[in-house]
Amino acid sequence: MTATARSPKDTAAPQTELQLKMLRQMLLIRRFEEKAAEAYALGKIGGFCHLYIGQEAVAVGALAALKDDDYVICSYREHGQALIKGISPNAVMAELFGKATGCSKGKGGSMHLFDARKGFMGGHGIVGGHVPLGAGLGFASKYQGTDKVTVCFFGEAAVNIGAFHETLNMASVWKLPVIFLCENNRYGMGTAFERVAAVTDIVEHACSYDMAAELVDGMNALTVYDATRRAVERARKNSHPTLLEVRTYRFMGHSMSDPLHGVYRTKDEVEEQKARDPITHLAQKLKEDGVMDQAALDAMDAEIRAEVEEAVKFADESPDPDPEELYRDVLAD
Amino acid sequence: MPTLTYRDALNQALREEMQRDPTVFLMGEEVGVYQGAYKVSRGLLEEFGPKRVVDTPIAELGFAGIGVGAAMGGLRPVIEFMTWNFALLALDQIVNSAAKMLYMSGGQIRMPIVFRGPSGAALQLASQHSQAWESWLAHIPGLKVVAPATPADAKGLLKSAIRDNNPVIVLEGEMLYNLKGDVPDGEHIVPIGQAEIKREGNDVTLVCHSKTLPVALKAADQLAEQNVSAEVLDLRSLRPLDEAAILRSVRKTNRAVVVEEGWPHVGIGAQVVDLIQRDAFDDLDAPVQRVTEADVPMPYNKHLERAAKASPEKVVAAARKVLYLNGD
Repeated sequence: MTATARSPKDTAAPQTELQLKMLRQMLLIRRFEEKAAEAYALGKIGGFCHLYIGQEAVAVGALAALKDDDYVICSYREHGQALIKGISPNAVMAELFGKATGCSKGKGGSMHLFDARKGFMGGHGIVGGHVPLGAGLGFASKYQGTDKVTVCFFGEAAVNIGAFHETLNMASVWKLPVIFLCENNRYGMGTAFERVAAVTDIVEHACSYDMAAELVDGMNALTVYDATRRAVERARKNSHPTLLEVRTYRFMGHSMSDPLHGVYRTKDEVEEQKARDPITHLAQKLKEDGVMDQAALDAMDAEIRAEVEEAVKFADESPDPDPEELYRDVLAD
Repeated sequence: MPTLTYRDALNQALREEMQRDPTVFLMGEEVGVYQGAYKVSRGLLEEFGPKRVVDTPIAELGFAGIGVGAAMGGLRPVIEFMTWNFALLALDQIVNSAAKMLYMSGGQIRMPIVFRGPSGAALQLASQHSQAWESWLAHIPGLKVVAPATPADAKGLLKSAIRDNNPVIVLEGEMLYNLKGDVPDGEHIVPIGQAEIKREGNDVTLVCHSKTLPVALKAADQLAEQNVSAEVLDLRSLRPLDEAAILRSVRKTNRAVVVEEGWPHVGIGAQVVDLIQRDAFDDLDAPVQRVTEADVPMPYNKHLERAAKASPEKVVAAARKVLYLNGD
């Protein structure tokens, strides 16, 4: 039995450069999502739109441990992962706007961002439905003899889905190079996990499938990076899967139609969690370490705000898809 | 030309395609060590090894999804369901993942995957093991659906399915696996989307597919004894549907009976009738009739089961009705 719910001890010496990169990436997601919320309110973005605010450290920390050609596959709360995997803010924002210049040509929207060339294998809209897809990507990499690793992000609510259990079993039996990264933000829409799950320490599910596992603080990009790095090594060197339970919190509602705290959590709870803001936390650390001062932070923020402003302008000015797009790409040649 | 069973024709298609293309692999329950629940994969584990002939746990949803992921990663999976009844558990992956991947990714991610296995009723397997799912599957844009009725078509359509860059559903028949017929050696391809006239006739068109082909052929024999010349049109492919072939035959005979294994409500026959009334209304000399399974869950008792299934007698009666030979 290799599964244990343990806290990481062998933290790598964090490099200043990496920390600065992570801070910048988290800020990019934050500012991007704030603009997306604005655009949604203005009616520029339609349908469902699930924001990542509060959870930035998870995508940023995990993706920092990957190589460019590794695969990432996500649920529908995937704007952050898409941006960090290398899809430009312009292409992501244009997709949210449903424009032809979007990363899925305006036919996927917020929940279905894709860039296969960058190894970003989609946002998927059915809770837990993409967990076997992640294992399948790992199956392909192993079959082809590459050393690619797949990280499959999903929320804690997906753990109650059959596909999760079927997949973890097969991934373990077949030793697939896949990291199952559960972002436990505590609520599946408005349902607290402990109200609907018999086992609330998700990491313990790994025991059922003889899989390595770690419990990770998801409000700290560095701990996420360290845990993912260990899991990546396990996958790349030995082709062993890992289950990571990364505890995080979304500061916004489930989607744009869900109020900030609503009826299922208190305002106090949200405020308490906001005090653990992963961006403030890392910025504070870098200031304390003398790496950057407030002026440098402000300059970084201003630069990112301009980049996101440009993405909104690009999306707004981009054309809608041609009417012929309706029937294009239903089938491949 | 060699004579093969439908089962061995499928086996030959799998073997030849796996020899031709190293990215093709077979995954499913009992496909390897057990040699296939219906022996379609006999000998493949020995020839290709466990990397390419992968035994799975009983977890249809999970391994169908792993197949979809493997196709996203550049492989050409053939996913075997022991029967399509069990594939209902995997519909989320077939419908929500495989059928939409190309479209929702804006054309980036192709989905060259085959989902195959026996569909419909065998003998006395009762309600949960006797269901024909073609109308469900053929409803979905982004899928192709084929239902071969002969050994030659089984080989040729499975080879086309494996080479196709889209998700293809291959509906086989437990009661067809022992059927023998001539099968061309080597490169024998049946293009997806082409119906075939299995028997020529002038008085009435019997539209059928899969297990209803032998039913329609028997009916045509019986009708011949009554001096009625029936044309038997085997659809072979249900999505895309060979609309031109249907219209051509109906314009010749001016009468049609659509025979299918599934239930009547929203069935394949309803689609065929819609086409005929829209595009060949003026060619019709009688309303089109349908012969289907009775609109009930399949009973176990063999007499009740027989009464539920499409039969040559029911087809003959329907043909006589469109020819106004019943005296009514």
